[in-house]
Amino acid sequence: MNDLTPTREQRSAALEGMGCKRKRVEDIRFTQGKGNYVDDVKLPGMLHGDFVRSPHPHARVKKIDDSEALKVPGVLAVITAETLKTVNLAWMPTLAGDVQMVLADGKVLFQNQEVAFVVATDRYAADDGINKVIVEYEPLPPLVDPFKSMDADAPVLREDLVGKTTGAHGPRKHHNHIFEWTVGDKELTDAAFKKAEVTIKEMISYHRTHPSPLETCQCVCSFDKIKGELTIYGTFQAPHVIRTVVSLIAKLPEQKIHVIAPDIGGGFGNKVGAYPGYICAAVASIVTGKPVKWVEDRIENLTATSFARDYHMTTEIAATKDGKVTGLRVHVLADHGAFDACADPSKWPAGFFNIVTGSYDFPTAHLAVDGVYTNKAPGGVAYRCSFRVTEAAYCIERAMDILAQKLNMDPAELRLKNFIKPEQFPYHSALGWEYDSGDYHTAMRKMMETTGYAALRKEQAEKRAAFKRGETREIMGLGVSFFTEIVGAGPSKNCDILGIAMFDSCEIRLHPTGAGIARMGTKSQGQGHETTWAQIIATEIGIPADNIMVEEGNTDTAPYGLGTYGSRSTPVAGAAIAMAARKIKAKAQMIAAYKLEVHEDDLEFDIDGFRVKGLPEKFMSMKDICWAAYNSVPPGMEPGLEAVSYYDPPNMTYPFGAYLCVMDIDVDTGVYKVRRFYALDDCGTRINPMIIEGQVHGGLTEAFAIAMGQEIRYDEVGNVVTGSFMDFFMPTAVETPHWETDFTVTPSPHHPIGAKGVGESPNVGGVPAFSNAVNDAFSFLGATHIQMPHDFWRNWKAAKDLGAVA
Amino acid sequence: MAKTHVTMKVNGAEVEGLVEPRTLLVHFIRENLQMTGTHIGCETTHCGACTVDIDGMSVKSCTMFAVQAQGSDITTIEGMANADGTLSALQEGFRMMHGLQCGFCTPGMIMRAHRLLKENPSPSEQEIRMGISGNICRCTGYQNIVKAIQYAAAKINGVEFKEAAE
Repeated sequence: MNDLTPTREQRSAALEGMGCKRKRVEDIRFTQGKGNYVDDVKLPGMLHGDFVRSPHPHARVKKIDDSEALKVPGVLAVITAETLKTVNLAWMPTLAGDVQMVLADGKVLFQNQEVAFVVATDRYAADDGINKVIVEYEPLPPLVDPFKSMDADAPVLREDLVGKTTGAHGPRKHHNHIFEWTVGDKELTDAAFKKAEVTIKEMISYHRTHPSPLETCQCVCSFDKIKGELTIYGTFQAPHVIRTVVSLIAKLPEQKIHVIAPDIGGGFGNKVGAYPGYICAAVASIVTGKPVKWVEDRIENLTATSFARDYHMTTEIAATKDGKVTGLRVHVLADHGAFDACADPSKWPAGFFNIVTGSYDFPTAHLAVDGVYTNKAPGGVAYRCSFRVTEAAYCIERAMDILAQKLNMDPAELRLKNFIKPEQFPYHSALGWEYDSGDYHTAMRKMMETTGYAALRKEQAEKRAAFKRGETREIMGLGVSFFTEIVGAGPSKNCDILGIAMFDSCEIRLHPTGAGIARMGTKSQGQGHETTWAQIIATEIGIPADNIMVEEGNTDTAPYGLGTYGSRSTPVAGAAIAMAARKIKAKAQMIAAYKLEVHEDDLEFDIDGFRVKGLPEKFMSMKDICWAAYNSVPPGMEPGLEAVSYYDPPNMTYPFGAYLCVMDIDVDTGVYKVRRFYALDDCGTRINPMIIEGQVHGGLTEAFAIAMGQEIRYDEVGNVVTGSFMDFFMPTAVETPHWETDFTVTPSPHHPIGAKGVGESPNVGGVPAFSNAVNDAFSFLGATHIQMPHDFWRNWKAAKDLGAVA
Repeated sequence: MAKTHVTMKVNGAEVEGLVEPRTLLVHFIRENLQMTGTHIGCETTHCGACTVDIDGMSVKSCTMFAVQAQGSDITTIEGMANADGTLSALQEGFRMMHGLQCGFCTPGMIMRAHRLLKENPSPSEQEIRMGISGNICRCTGYQNIVKAIQYAAAKINGVEFKEAAE
């Protein structure tokens, strides 16, 4: 060794592997405006399609007259349900086992529902055409309130289901009922409540909201009549699933469908589903023989494609008087809108809501979810969370605070008393999950120490006393939240989408010069996969991350995968990367053994190559092994160095975290100020701390938006009144609080690199932290539970209702 | 619809085109000039993804007709790199401080930050937050965008960039 020989630290750093704050590969093009998003795709002769939408929430469609529209210069076709019936596409299957109208077939069931699709030479002409389509409606009584959906005299929304007493998830109790889903031991839980010393019961609503990524949903469909091939560029979080769905419903051979998801401008769950725009653009391309682009505008995005939440959760906890929980009982009324288009794994009508026991050791629990139809847009996507996990976390975290209030206990102390203990992992929850790992007490205590929790409580007590003395009009709330997520869907034993197991995949091919390409079944929408996936490979096989190109989103080249949502990419695809890399490493070891003339058992991996044990000078770098793989492999071995892995996870992963929000509220105006927000996340092994921190910032900002005002709201007659960013709260840099981030590391024992996933944790844990802060602030004035969202007006209203404002 | 001839300067080059009077500037830039770095996020002037620089002002190009830009001097994200093709201070700042994720708001955000730093070369955090409040980002929570702009300000001013303590 001489001075020029790199040290082990230098060799390791040169790889930019796991744990490194590697700067993002994607940013070079994005900062120069050279990303390639769907609306940037321009094909020769491309046409534009746009929708005629219903102004009514519930009406019969008597007549559609397109004669004037077809006279508009540039308008080439108007597609209606009647057109779609000729190709059997007037209705499409949903991921939840329901069917959905692609275009209004006899009826409309929500405001802004798609009624006709106008195809024109450019987007302006298409809009002109829309204005000339005359639709005759006969308004019907709208059903807006989900609590009235199963009244005996409630209007029949889904005439296609009349007489069907069984749906995709079992018996239907009423013409507007979709499913009832029950989990847990009812008898045991009822018994626990009977003998409980203390119980609480509260109806906790999680309002309807929307993921609203900055880029809306869009596609370009191009049908080649000669080859019989359909190419679809689209904002797809799960491109392979889209290909299979299109093949099944359009009866096209799957090899003749090419789905390409280019750069995606944020997804947050909005881009998982299949929407009428995709079907109409594809049919329009088949009808016209030209490529057809469909781009939603923001109003369409907010009002038609995939809302989130809308869960009304009647929650009860049984406990001892010293604060030990003994039972949990939850009934959810789930408002699904006009069609059940939830994007959940097929067998899970309420997603993984049965994670609702949270981080606590409930000896027994029972959950029932009733899904109902209303005259609202379909959806129910997981807005930056795993399936219905934010609803579950909000439910239990709010309920634990309500219990603490009733017991006159500190909410943090109550949680510490009931946490699942480190030695209980793997932990089997009362509602059927096996939690992989966790150390909740350490995380909670670190949060309390770092934030000075005890001192903050003291300050709050002083401020409350001052408020009561009339010396201040400001109240202070501490919002504690401790969440356990369930992500990484998922094991084939319990997760599939339309029958396809929810594995994910990676194919790595190394080139002779010590470089390579990794192709994935996932699809980044901003998560930085091109950066982080290469880091895993760098650490696993010792090739610098800079030498690995990551490619996603092209179904012709990528191995089949189930896509990116529900924080599943790292738990599932991240594992596939490690497994594919290890296959390569095993072959590389055989090549190195042959070249170094030793037995492969005599070799050990050392950062970026293989070394003969005990003979440090005998070393072969991965770079040299790559060359040898194409030049002189051992006799009988195939040349080349590549591997593919399809990873079926043995279990979900269970990230967790401890959050604290410190909030001050002026009771006379309802104006709040987030003084401090601390987020401790444990996502297991950390691949890129810079990206993790960025994900946490973003998720907290979305949580802030949801808790403090972001709502899709309908008036009493079914008009959606939050159709633009004027009415739908979208925080800017001014409103958004400063975020403090922290972490502990509890690796997943079953994941090859111990990683659990992080992108959605901050939304899951953030919403209850904000809401608990508001509720905690008002609690000394007598409030038990104030419904979200907590905007200024509602805060003022709460103060007024509590008698704190004249 | 009858078309009107427009000429303007975009990223230093004279350009021209035939547009309908109702053609939005953002569509002229994206469709006619084929510069797709300027994005459309809301079409109602809220999100700022379409922000460009016109005659020394930040303008949301979804709320201006192309004909209104007749004779003006426009800079878009495609004109922001250094002359030698390297990333400019702002572009570098966004990358170094992880000021972007999906990249969709980034061009508008950089264009706004560019004008902000011309208006106020050494802005405080609050001035930056107020200065970019017409631009919505769904991914980053803004904290790293603020740092990115501080990084760029320091580089442009030739002083050392110090990250504020958490």
